[in-house]
Amino acid sequence: MSDIERHTISVLVANEAGVLARVIGLFSGRGYNIESLTVAEVDPSNALSKITVVTTGTPMIIEQIKAQLERLVPVRKVVDLTTEGPAVERELALIKVKSRGEKRVESLRIADIFRARAIDSTNGSFVFEISGTTEKLNAFIRLMEPLGLVDVSRTGVVAIARGPGGL
Amino acid sequence: MPRRRMNGSQIVIKALVDQGVDTIFGYPGGAVLPLYDAIFEQNQIKHILVRQEGGAVHMAEGYARSSGKVGVVLVTSGPGATNAVTGLADALMDSIPVVCLTGQVPTHLIGNDAFQEADTTGITRPCTKHNYLVKSQEDLPRVMHEAFYVAQHGRPGPVVVDLPKDILMGEGAYRGPEEFEHKSYRPKTRADKADIERAVELIAGAKRPLFYCGGGVINAGPKASKLLTRLIRLTGYPATLTLMGLGAFPASDPQFLGMLGMHGNYEANLAMHECDVMINIGARFDDRVTGRLADFSPGSTKIHVDIDPSSINKNVQVDLPIVGDAAIVLDQLLKAWKAKDPTPDRKALKAWWAKIEQWRKRDCLRYRQSGKIIKPQYAIQRLYEKTKDRDVYITTEVGQHQMWAAQFYKFEGPNRWLTSGGLGTMGYGLPAAIGAQVAHPKSLVIDIAGEASFLMNIQELSTAAQYRLPVKAFIINNQWMGMVRQWQELMHGGRYSESYTAALPDFVKVAESFHWTGLRATEQSQVDDVIDEMIATEGPVIADIAVDQAENCFPMIPSGAAHNEMLLGPDDEAVTPISEEGMVLV
Repeated sequence: MSDIERHTISVLVANEAGVLARVIGLFSGRGYNIESLTVAEVDPSNALSKITVVTTGTPMIIEQIKAQLERLVPVRKVVDLTTEGPAVERELALIKVKSRGEKRVESLRIADIFRARAIDSTNGSFVFEISGTTEKLNAFIRLMEPLGLVDVSRTGVVAIARGPGGL
Repeated sequence: MPRRRMNGSQIVIKALVDQGVDTIFGYPGGAVLPLYDAIFEQNQIKHILVRQEGGAVHMAEGYARSSGKVGVVLVTSGPGATNAVTGLADALMDSIPVVCLTGQVPTHLIGNDAFQEADTTGITRPCTKHNYLVKSQEDLPRVMHEAFYVAQHGRPGPVVVDLPKDILMGEGAYRGPEEFEHKSYRPKTRADKADIERAVELIAGAKRPLFYCGGGVINAGPKASKLLTRLIRLTGYPATLTLMGLGAFPASDPQFLGMLGMHGNYEANLAMHECDVMINIGARFDDRVTGRLADFSPGSTKIHVDIDPSSINKNVQVDLPIVGDAAIVLDQLLKAWKAKDPTPDRKALKAWWAKIEQWRKRDCLRYRQSGKIIKPQYAIQRLYEKTKDRDVYITTEVGQHQMWAAQFYKFEGPNRWLTSGGLGTMGYGLPAAIGAQVAHPKSLVIDIAGEASFLMNIQELSTAAQYRLPVKAFIINNQWMGMVRQWQELMHGGRYSESYTAALPDFVKVAESFHWTGLRATEQSQVDDVIDEMIATEGPVIADIAVDQAENCFPMIPSGAAHNEMLLGPDDEAVTPISEEGMVLV
């Protein structure tokens, strides 16, 4: 019972009013976890949006989550990217660092190693843009902490199955 | 051909007519006045004016559950919609198809805290199967037809359509149901062949089988109950039903072990505990059925047929899940069974039935009569005996009387038993009886009630009087919230905190003031006469039956206990203390 798993679930939904509230309400109402959730329209001609949700739970709970999602009327398709073949996951973060002197140089150097780009700079600060796996972003943020980390914005995970097949 | 232009209200009414609606239960108010204008101008749909919106939804449920049709509700914005919420939650839990039309402030005022504004779609989202806020005139016909489609297909449930006043007044074109097909909602109804064959194999190979069937069979239509009965009789296996499933298999059949669960029969619960193959059709492993999950039917191979994939493996892991409509899957099972013509293990079955007969001999529903006092069980038994040969529908409120009714009233067919199972809504029975009576004007409709529940929607007495609906309310009056009192006695050291209703009304006088007939029985010898008179009286009747105040409902599986730890009667009480874990459970 205690083996908690982390799953990334892709949900294709009709882009209608209240659909995000329905999905979020399902998670909060039934006590499921949301680690991250992203949503955007992906097919404007058919008014379809895709929600990528990262959740944790026992295998039984994960199955429940999928079944409950599928039961929502505006949900078209639910795919568990963690179990159904390989998938790529990416997250984007904007990270603000405020520092001068050696710390400022060090932050630039680390950003270079992580292939983060400075997209805003003042004499005393940078905003870095970085994308990658959640773990990579976590590592970068950890390294920025002693170098004057001020603010973090993250998108949450988006994911897609590898190979030629579509959702 | 140019489409006829109509206003939104006329479109709503036309859509209802095209969906086959003949009755709506409603209450007017500012936001729905245009709709009431459209109702005034037509005579295809009958409007039943309720006394509170909560009553309207339960009436629609009673109408739907007893007729198999969709129940329709019409209420105004704000408080009209919020009053309907309990009924919607009830219909969701018990899978009753209901379409609830709610008025809304005009679109340009939404979000402005306008008079009688509430975020109806927000409030009802978790207690409906689906809901809609109609924001443009052209969506109106589609949404109306979709609402009926969604309410009835797959696992049925309530659907709310929120209608802003400007949409009801604006002009648009009507389009009929044949012009729409839902884009994506297509529940799976038919089982895979391989699963059916595997199921037949498992069923045929069982040594200690048990059919465990629920409300899903009732929801799949009367045909499903016929098919289920045929399959059970063909196999010769024992069967138990959930509270929601009563009537899906004839109670008089010797293969029926009675209801199972917290207040279920001893033989049904022990059979569930010891069976080796469980055939679950349309039941959802509710906690009232399973008791302590870890010890629920521990040795069985489990087959679970359900139309809702999220019901499968939710509480109990099963070995063979089958997603499908009960009627269709039962038909598949029957055909596969006949094609294979298996020979069950007669010897093992004989031993299994012998064991069951031993359990049956405990006569778990036995109660002790003393003096002139009316035992609640006796009152319901007599009601059953005197009404069983009639065309009768029974509703209940929630509590002890509900469990006694489930134990002592025997149903031979589906759709005759209307009770609030999942949500356990006190105040359900009277309006549900009114709804059932509207659907079946010539039938005998009886609300077996408790006096506390009855007070919760007592205003609907007035509705029944207005439409001359001859509903009978049979109140098992013990002056207590009986089930609360019973739990306090068994689990809270007899500290009867707030479970006694002081200053109860005189129900005979209540009846008279609402244009009903009032009758009363206070001694056992009067019960038969009161029942006879209640049935013989043409209009609506309250029969106030003053019963033993101390009677508890047995058998009982204490919360957090397993099926083989049930209490059979008052003498059992001291034997098993309730566990700490069990105390936390509801």
